[in-house]
Amino acid sequence: MTVAADPGADPGVDPKSELSGRGSVGDVVFRGLAVTAASLILVALAAVFIFLGIEGIPGFNVDEQHYAGQGSFMGLVVPLLFATMYAAVLALIIAVPFSVAIALFISHYAPRRIAVPVAYVIDLLAAVPSVVFGLWGAVALGPYLVPAHAWLAKNLAWLPFFDGQPSGNGRTLFTASIVLAVMILPIITSICREVFAQTPRLHEEAALALGATRWEMIRYAVFPYARSGMVSAVMLGLGRALGETMAIAMIASPKVLISLFIVGTNNPQTIAAHIAQGYKESTPDRLSVLIATGLVLFAFTFLVNALARWIVARGRAK
Amino acid sequence: MSIQVKDASIFYGDFKAVEDVSMSIKPKSVTAFIGPSGCGKSTFLRTLNRMHEVIPGAYVEGKIQIAGQDIYGPNVDPVAVRRKVGMVFQRPNPFPTMSIYDNVLAGNKLNSKRIKKPEADAIVEKALRGANLWNEVKDRLGKPGMGLSGGQQQRLCIARAIAVQPEVLLMDEPCSALDPISTAAIEDLIHELKSDYTIVIVTHNMQQAARVSDDTGFFNLKAAGQPGHLVEFNPTKQMFTNPDNPDTEAYISGRFG
Ligand SMILES: Nc1ncnc2c1ncn2[C@@H]1O[C@H](COP(=O)(O)OP(=O)(O)OP(=O)(O)O)[C@@H](O)[C@H]1O
Ligand SMILES: [Mg+2]
Repeated sequence: MTVAADPGADPGVDPKSELSGRGSVGDVVFRGLAVTAASLILVALAAVFIFLGIEGIPGFNVDEQHYAGQGSFMGLVVPLLFATMYAAVLALIIAVPFSVAIALFISHYAPRRIAVPVAYVIDLLAAVPSVVFGLWGAVALGPYLVPAHAWLAKNLAWLPFFDGQPSGNGRTLFTASIVLAVMILPIITSICREVFAQTPRLHEEAALALGATRWEMIRYAVFPYARSGMVSAVMLGLGRALGETMAIAMIASPKVLISLFIVGTNNPQTIAAHIAQGYKESTPDRLSVLIATGLVLFAFTFLVNALARWIVARGRAK
Repeated sequence: MSIQVKDASIFYGDFKAVEDVSMSIKPKSVTAFIGPSGCGKSTFLRTLNRMHEVIPGAYVEGKIQIAGQDIYGPNVDPVAVRRKVGMVFQRPNPFPTMSIYDNVLAGNKLNSKRIKKPEADAIVEKALRGANLWNEVKDRLGKPGMGLSGGQQQRLCIARAIAVQPEVLLMDEPCSALDPISTAAIEDLIHELKSDYTIVIVTHNMQQAARVSDDTGFFNLKAAGQPGHLVEFNPTKQMFTNPDNPDTEAYISGRFG
């Protein structure tokens, strides 16, 4: 339809330029960029999934010899999945209290001139490549922790985690979990710090004016406000821990097994480490088994994240 | 509890917000602070329970005594001061994740005090009755405090403040976010609370100051960028009929139109 054919249109004014204006060019460009970026991510994710599917599905059912002595795909993947989860949870148990404490220190305890450099150093930690952490764990931290291993095996042997012959070189799941904890600490810390710092002043002052100490104020105002943010932070940390390859592969000498024992020489092996260690010496069949385990890890991480979103969303709705 | 202020100057870092205020607030009375925006009423009010210093870089000079005790003395714990001097803010601020019941008890549960259930029930009922809210909420004490109307939330905050039985109650424009009916309810409440507490209230509403207060302090700025100061402090009746200072008269009559 042309303007002239429209009797209702005022010929003097182009309604488009009046209402949507040239000022919105920036909006259009930005929206285009944002939509493109978002779709690209989705496409990449789908591409990875399809790749894993095509290359991995044959790996569910190949000759027995390719399952690292476990007989079947399930026999291989269940212990691997167990170990992946186990190592990630151990790392979280270590990392979360530290992260929350550091984040609180930065947001609510330290004066600005100390808080800013501390936050910066923690963020830098996130930039250290996994290999470096792995090397550090295997060469420096592991040997250093040998006495700790011995002590734990001697004194806390009533816990299944420490019941057994301690490792003599410290290259264990215990050491690996600590290294993994250091690796996921920056992301948890920085998200927690952000949400802590956003606590409304009004609520903080409500607590303080009632005669709350600083810690009580944090319990009354900061934690309730930050709860869903903290859950997201932990879940993102978990996601990173699940996928971390090099550290565990480099530190622990792993076997495919299910065991809670973490200070010994035989360590349960994670999926990521299993792939990292296995894929050099691979035949095509062995490779598709490895990719199939990767597919399982992908699906599993996806589920964990979906669960996390759901928990966060539910926390918000309340 | 009487409050004595001598030569108080109040700073935000390098910026002097309030200069040389001296006044004497009578126990079990209502004192109102009036004055144009930015003259330091809130700032001054917050020095009376040491809330001013929670802002980084903020500090106070001069002497402030409550019941004869210097609240800025070297051995005084600000937390202890705030337990004795309660505060109600301009915007209602119940704790969003807590129920009505827990909101009222929030102050009582601080300092890891354990309260038995019957005692807690009694405190909650007394405070809510004191804040004229009991009848409206007694059937839904377990519901979140945020589910109340603005006026009810503000009365909940008053209940929370009086549940710890402070000696002084500071209120910074407690009605500015409320409708006339809720405002009237809170003004009535202030009248009742006066028999137990020393009340200091900041308000922009001249009629409100005239209605609720016994004494009034008028704060003003000498010029923009200058610190605020106390122009006149007198019984409310005198302030509104025959003030000492022509500036007071101009401000009050200007507002009255
Ligand atoms: N957190 C702060 N940091 C720095 N300066 C501040 C801060 N809060 C207030 N001020 C300044 O202190 C002065 C007094 O502010 P205050 O809030 O006490 O005024 P007020 O009399 O309560 O005003 P209103 O009637 O608008 O509430 C103002 O110049 C203000 O800009
Ligand atoms: Mg104010």
